[in-house]
Amino acid sequence: MLHIVNKSPLSNGTLDSCLRVAVSGDILLIEDAVYAATKGNSFEAKVRAAMGKCKIYVLMPDLEARGLGDRLMDGVTGVDHGGFVDLAISNKATQSWL
Amino acid sequence: MSDVVKKFMFVNRKAPYGTIYALESLEVVLITAAFDQDVSLVFLDDGVYQMKKGQQTKGIEIKNFSPTYRALDGYDVEKLYVEKEAMEERGLTEDDLLVDVTVLSRAEMGALMDQQDVVLSF
Repeated sequence: MLHIVNKSPLSNGTLDSCLRVAVSGDILLIEDAVYAATKGNSFEAKVRAAMGKCKIYVLMPDLEARGLGDRLMDGVTGVDHGGFVDLAISNKATQSWL
Repeated sequence: MSDVVKKFMFVNRKAPYGTIYALESLEVVLITAAFDQDVSLVFLDDGVYQMKKGQQTKGIEIKNFSPTYRALDGYDVEKLYVEKEAMEERGLTEDDLLVDVTVLSRAEMGALMDQQDVVLSF
């Protein structure tokens, strides 16, 4: 399934909740959640650990808006809005971690 | 108008674009500056992301307001303070920031906050 997170990992527990619960499938980071996938941030290790069970995606227009388009962590896949739609279609269900 | 100058501090703790706080803070800062007050802006926690260089918002169709931080100088808003620990936690350095700022530790931020007459939080 597809998990979508839109909150910053360092000011909100939403991504932590998602990573605790998700056992497989895709995780898409959008809006303020994109900060989780930037090099050198203190949540990086948790994202890296999650790569063992899930595939991690980041919405690039949101990362670029925040001036961090060149700081994407290795192992995370950048997608555009079309890629977002593809993920929604290819997964049977979606959980938005609001 | 009153000739009493008060010390105003704007505490910015939210990342830009995900919520409206960063933009709203900037609007109020400009209003306050027009009243010739002593204005300080501090950036704590996710607020440090507001100062990140290279913001390109075309892809999300939201106005990029980050160049406004560079214009604050022209409104005599020159006291910008960024939290050292918050930058480090986010993998940022002073070179990543849009404008020259004073980097303060958390403890120094607390001391600066104690000196204010008015504190507005965003």
